[in-house]
Amino acid sequence: MPYTGYGSQEEKELLRSIGVERFEDLVTALPESLRLKGPVDVPPGQTELELRRLFNEAALANYDPNLTPSFLGGGLYDHDIPAVVQHMQLRSEFYTAYTPYQPEVAQGTLMTIFEFQSMVCDLTGLDVANASMYDAGSAAAEAALLAAAATGRDRILVAGTLHPHHREILKTYGLPPGLRFVDVGGEEPLRPADLAPHIDGETAALVLQQPNFFGSIESIGPLAEAVHAKGALLIVEADPVALALLAPPGELGADIVVGEGQSLGSPPSYGGPACGLFACTRALIRRLPGRLVAETVDRDGRRGFVLTLQTREQHIRREKATSNICTNNNLVALAFTITLAMLGPAGLKEMASLSLQKAHYLERALAAIPGVKRSPGGPFFREFALTLPRPAGEVIDAIHRDARILAGIDLGRLVPGGSNRLLVAVTEKRTRQEMDLFASALERSLA
Amino acid sequence: MRNPRDFRLIYDRSVPGHRGYRLPACDVPEEPIEALIPGPMARARPPRLPEVAEPEIVRHYIRLSVLNHHVDKAAYPLGSCTMKYNPKVNEDLARIPGLAGLHPMAPVDLCQGLLSLLHRFTVELAEIVGMDTVSLHPAAGAQGEMLGIRLARAYHDARGNKKRTVIIPDSAHGTNPATARMVGYETLELKSRADGRLDIDALREMVTDETAALMVTNPNTLGHFETEIEEAARIVHAVDGLLYMDGANLNAMLGLARPGDMGADLVHINLHKTFSTPHGGGGPGAGPVGVKQRLVPFLPVPTIVERAGRYDLDYDRPQSIGRLHPHVGQVGIILRAMAYMRSLGSEGLARVSRAAIVNANYLMKLIDDDYPVAFPGPCMHEFVVSCSWMKKHGVKNIDVAKRMLDLGVHAPTVSFPLIVPDCLMIEPTESESRASLDSLAEVFRQIAREARETPQVVIDAPHDTPVRRLDEGGAARKLAVRWIPDSASEGA
Repeated sequence: MPYTGYGSQEEKELLRSIGVERFEDLVTALPESLRLKGPVDVPPGQTELELRRLFNEAALANYDPNLTPSFLGGGLYDHDIPAVVQHMQLRSEFYTAYTPYQPEVAQGTLMTIFEFQSMVCDLTGLDVANASMYDAGSAAAEAALLAAAATGRDRILVAGTLHPHHREILKTYGLPPGLRFVDVGGEEPLRPADLAPHIDGETAALVLQQPNFFGSIESIGPLAEAVHAKGALLIVEADPVALALLAPPGELGADIVVGEGQSLGSPPSYGGPACGLFACTRALIRRLPGRLVAETVDRDGRRGFVLTLQTREQHIRREKATSNICTNNNLVALAFTITLAMLGPAGLKEMASLSLQKAHYLERALAAIPGVKRSPGGPFFREFALTLPRPAGEVIDAIHRDARILAGIDLGRLVPGGSNRLLVAVTEKRTRQEMDLFASALERSLA
Repeated sequence: MRNPRDFRLIYDRSVPGHRGYRLPACDVPEEPIEALIPGPMARARPPRLPEVAEPEIVRHYIRLSVLNHHVDKAAYPLGSCTMKYNPKVNEDLARIPGLAGLHPMAPVDLCQGLLSLLHRFTVELAEIVGMDTVSLHPAAGAQGEMLGIRLARAYHDARGNKKRTVIIPDSAHGTNPATARMVGYETLELKSRADGRLDIDALREMVTDETAALMVTNPNTLGHFETEIEEAARIVHAVDGLLYMDGANLNAMLGLARPGDMGADLVHINLHKTFSTPHGGGGPGAGPVGVKQRLVPFLPVPTIVERAGRYDLDYDRPQSIGRLHPHVGQVGIILRAMAYMRSLGSEGLARVSRAAIVNANYLMKLIDDDYPVAFPGPCMHEFVVSCSWMKKHGVKNIDVAKRMLDLGVHAPTVSFPLIVPDCLMIEPTESESRASLDSLAEVFRQIAREARETPQVVIDAPHDTPVRRLDEGGAARKLAVRWIPDSASEGA
């Protein structure tokens, strides 16, 4: 019997020790009407060998990520992962431990979270970061709920350049408790003038993304001023790799910075598990959702770390909690932490600079093709949107058939009137050769 | 566990100029960064990340790791958390590059293998819990609860029902009331009966036309099956309310009984509990939600559908609540759970719950002289004991928990459920062997002896862990929540 401590002979002995004859004597509380009469209809148990076959065959029916250069982004990016990350993540001590509720035997987890919080603070330019959320989308939604609670207002302005999926998640979280959402601006980077018709004394926050969904860099400073002038908060969803080169949003006036941590240390994994980053100003610390680790001392005066301000959380505050969340995507946060430790400040900057340079190289090559135009404009980091003379879905398929390259994201379902538009992301992993091949395949697909 | 006593952070190991990872040279013509990123948008100072070479990084994280207790080391009888063994093959399977490396925005025709696994898991998981289908989207149990109550709200709104309240027993997890509030409902607390079970008469009194849902954990947090669950379902359904079942304790019911057959309209399943995916020191988990047919129209987009042997993502769902997850859920966790479910099969799944129940009853029998059970009688997969008698020796339940850490096992859950004073909640899981349960029982009995004879040993515990009891009040006052260069100490 896999994964249980014993077989049926021992079960008899255990039942005897308990003082019952049969297993059924232990479950008499279950009404007979509810007892299953036969086995549930799932396949019979399989050995490791058979499971490997099942999963490997499934993998073979997908594209091969190792052999298929990918220009897909949209929040999840294909940056390289140091080998150390997986070796550390697979330490039983990290992955088979529970939430550190008994800190005396969980200092390893607590210290890695403290390091994670510190790194997120420094990247975002804020004073406080929690132990992580599920993903950037839910982190943005929790930020909106926080802003509404902190300001006592219910209207959230959402930049037109925010990731469309995240805009939907904001509504899923925010509409039931009564938030109202107003889209501001179009696809170009947001300007203070775009806010003017919508921002007033009922505005709780503005949510924008840096770099935005179309890859362009937003001018945060003037927007922060406009938002603060009305007593509202600024929420910025920022990419942690981009923050190697971009000014920390916290230093430009953001009150809350959320983000997606997947691209530092974890594969895309078809979208999950990812790792929501969540940082805020000191003033908002008691409204923070999720877990928070603080440094303290033990009774012998030695340095140690604990979960703190747990009175914000559901297991203490129940219906008055700041959120129902009781997870941090800890192993993904651990990968993020170790990756940043491996990169250090110089490595992170190189990773970001390589992505920046290569993205601009590719953008020049693709935009030079007749009929191809980058839109929207403005300075960009590692991602850009192109308008094509034919449907992006067809072009993506043609380039995959022709060159075994995943050209990018078809914006058809994501943006109104976006069927001829392609979102292209470039990381340090892409080579000049792959990009030249991409450009020639795009040209052929449009010929 | 006393050594190593090295509590330096990765920052404290930083040496200017060191680094652990190198990147290739740029193979395209470069432009000055200032030309690409205008001055006001650019970062002035690099982030203060540590500068450490790879061997030192590895030693650092290994040093940290050994400060943790974990399932692969020894018993972890943490009630309600189902700290079962995490099979190794599941880790390997979920990390296959042809699965883990897939981007969710790739064309679906290039991801058919993965989608077929996810689709099959959906069908099989629905069968196990007796529901019509399952949404894989929720990233955790709490998000599953949120989806469940959000779906209930969508259902009521679509029917024009004027609902305001969610009824929750006082023995429930804190997530239940927190969730109901997040979805805009008021919560009503239902007092448990003297035997810890649902008070059906009180429920009947409390239910009105405004009742949106009843949230029930079954077995309840005392480890007892809710015998009258079918009646509770009838009472709630009579006002067109919904029965939400919190699947936190599903590990007691595999192959024995199904939430769907009990009248549940919605149930979330903690894959990181019942389906063995690792807890990871706090996550990631996954909390799929099973629903009955009448809630299917409201499920979040996209759903995974099969049409003539081809798998697709379906967005054409006009009554959907919208999107909960940026993509389709915690796929890496779902794959591990699927491997677990497939390795056991229907018979193996039934053996899991059977062994979990036998183990809990066996351990309870071994220690109930010293640790009176709050509500006697056979338990399901967990049980709750009281430490009240120790108070006359100055010993509290938390002291017992801390002393367990000294003796090499993890503590049970302390002071939950809230309705039992001075309690410990104990869940051994099916993973423990008889020998392991015997030694766990001996740990409990030793601590009871100490409480009577040498209580100070228990009160001062732990003595032998990497750190001793920590100043939590001081932590909350100082709120040192990030590393700053000035405060860097050398460690003890």
